[in-house]
Amino acid sequence: MSIFVDKGTRLVVQGITGRDGSFHAKQMLAYGTRIVAGVTPGKGGQTFEHKVPIFNTVAEAVAATKANTSVIYVPAKFAADAVFEAADAGVKLVVCISEGVPVLDMTRVFPFLLERGVRLIGPNCPGIITPGAAKVGIIPGQICAPGPIGVVSRSGTLTYEVVYQLTRAGLGQTTCVGIGGDPIIGTNFIDCLAAFEADPQTRAVVMIGEIGGTDEQKAAEFVKRNMTKPVVGFIAGQTAPPGRRMGHAGAIISGSSGTAAEKIAAFERAGIAVMKRPADVVPLIAARIRAGGTRAGDSRPAGGARKPKRAQAARGSRRPAGKPKPAKKKR
Amino acid sequence: MNIHEYQARELLAQAGIAVPPGVVATTPAEARRAMERLGVPKVVVKAQVHAGGRGKAGGVKLADSPEQAERVAGQILGMKIKGLTVGKVLIAPASEIASEAYVGVIVDRASHAPVFMVSPAGGIDIEEVAAKTPEKIFKQTVDARYGLLPHQAMALAFHLYSDVALVRQAAEILQKLYRAFVDAGASLAEINPLIVTPKGEVVALDAKIVVDDNELERKPAVEALRDVAVEEPSEVMAREANLTYIKLDGDVGCCVNGAGLAMATMDLVKYYGGEPANFLDIGGSSNPEKVVTALKIITSDPKVKAILFNIFGGITRCDDVANGIVAATRQFKVDRPLVIRLTGTNEKEALKILEGVGLKALTDMDAAVQQAVKLAKGGAAA
Repeated sequence: MSIFVDKGTRLVVQGITGRDGSFHAKQMLAYGTRIVAGVTPGKGGQTFEHKVPIFNTVAEAVAATKANTSVIYVPAKFAADAVFEAADAGVKLVVCISEGVPVLDMTRVFPFLLERGVRLIGPNCPGIITPGAAKVGIIPGQICAPGPIGVVSRSGTLTYEVVYQLTRAGLGQTTCVGIGGDPIIGTNFIDCLAAFEADPQTRAVVMIGEIGGTDEQKAAEFVKRNMTKPVVGFIAGQTAPPGRRMGHAGAIISGSSGTAAEKIAAFERAGIAVMKRPADVVPLIAARIRAGGTRAGDSRPAGGARKPKRAQAARGSRRPAGKPKPAKKKR
Repeated sequence: MNIHEYQARELLAQAGIAVPPGVVATTPAEARRAMERLGVPKVVVKAQVHAGGRGKAGGVKLADSPEQAERVAGQILGMKIKGLTVGKVLIAPASEIASEAYVGVIVDRASHAPVFMVSPAGGIDIEEVAAKTPEKIFKQTVDARYGLLPHQAMALAFHLYSDVALVRQAAEILQKLYRAFVDAGASLAEINPLIVTPKGEVVALDAKIVVDDNELERKPAVEALRDVAVEEPSEVMAREANLTYIKLDGDVGCCVNGAGLAMATMDLVKYYGGEPANFLDIGGSSNPEKVVTALKIITSDPKVKAILFNIFGGITRCDDVANGIVAATRQFKVDRPLVIRLTGTNEKEALKILEGVGLKALTDMDAAVQQAVKLAKGGAAA
């Protein structure tokens, strides 16, 4: 089992003939992801790697192939329109890899998707992988393995580091989601935590945050109130100076808010085991899996706390797609 | 990207907001001529730096003669405010003020939307107002697809004034401010203070705009406002090479791919008792030329005693990074010890390339960081 993507994922790649798009489409095909279509305006009618039909528009691609998920590799200035196009075409999950999307574009995209019940992962993210089933994005497949751990992260290569350490220690993953490092993202920690809580195969969750904003604090509050499964957390940027954008547009301490210290304190208050360094993930997760995989002091039965009302309150207004929806098509 | 107050005032004026005239000066003599040109009895001389709290730091002074303007400009130019040297001053007529308000719009992460904030308690640091008297701040979330609607602007303005003539002026300013905010590709635009003159005119006295770096590619006119003179030269060099570099105070130079891993690497340096000299993200693509520039930048910092590479190959290919390191050692003398950690895509090829020039590489992050910290402290490599 898994969250958001699996064997039922029928993927359309927006920007499939571009430099990044074509490279990663090949990698995804090699991993076994079912890519049913590609889109590049003007190249409709051609095929990619002799097997994937290319269309001029996402609407044509969806009509012809019943694609249900899209991944976007177009340049940042076209990314917002690519998301609008995917949502307009009826795709229910959009994964936007593009980095450098203007934040004002995202303020227009967000309400549009909310109204249509479309889930967006990213932008500026490495995507999502359900090991052994589907890889949507750029996470290297060979560092992952199927198993019981859910991983959610704001980072790219730091996620790889943590996943690599897990896999080497024999701790495989249900799904790894990179939610992206921008200030406005489509899917946040809480959306993923709720989905992992509801996924029967996931036994523990690793959450990798960083400085900037308050998403980790809200996620900690969610874990405290709604999760029965153990959560292990990390915050990058303890040595980051205030007021400087640390690479990711969202990784900035403004004034005294968004610091690593306040996020770590929120984790500790919520009973999340805090990793002091990436390598701590293995002993912390292993101990919790051995202990039976429930959170100490939480008597709620596993799987029984699917997105209670509190989740809505903790997050403010959430899209309908914020609920752990049955993205998995059982067949 | 931060822009100066005088540039923000120009953007507001372009959007049709009443802004008092102002002249920029870079020398005391220019400040004197600026006041003569303005032809007013009293001016304010304001430091142009990308820092708040200018008034408290002595960077804002009044002058009632051109000679005095020259004198105070001489005091302000060259002074340091929060570590930044003042290279320009703005000379503007001193306004008579009947009341001061705050109006601003930011991109709010939590509500995924632009949010207006207004307060009748203007003229001072708005974060202070928010902390001490949050009831004096009024907010309006904007649906960015429609912009700030007229009735929303009116409702905000009624929180500032009771006289409807002032309310109408302020509402118009709020709508124009929103337009300026969008046109500049800003993540923040504020007027503080927004004043009422004794004649009953609502005027923007001071302005601040922060531009979203991701907008600069499609807004060359805004990019042209960048003042490289106030930036760290090494950071300018990095930006031009498409690297993200932030200079810090430690002695372990760091070169990493990916922002999250770069932060985690700095944190791990600290964890093992060292101090990172910088944040440096070479990004996703693995052009060897970028690695050469990265090494140039890191070695240009005299404080650096050891250089740590931490590369987790995904899109970035380890062999490209290795080729970059080798190319750098051929182009210039890398006179500080290197500790290289490479794992992931094309790791084996990379190790071979490094071995060819007598360099070793590790595959474990913790081991590499420990070794770099030890070398920076003057110990031998493990």
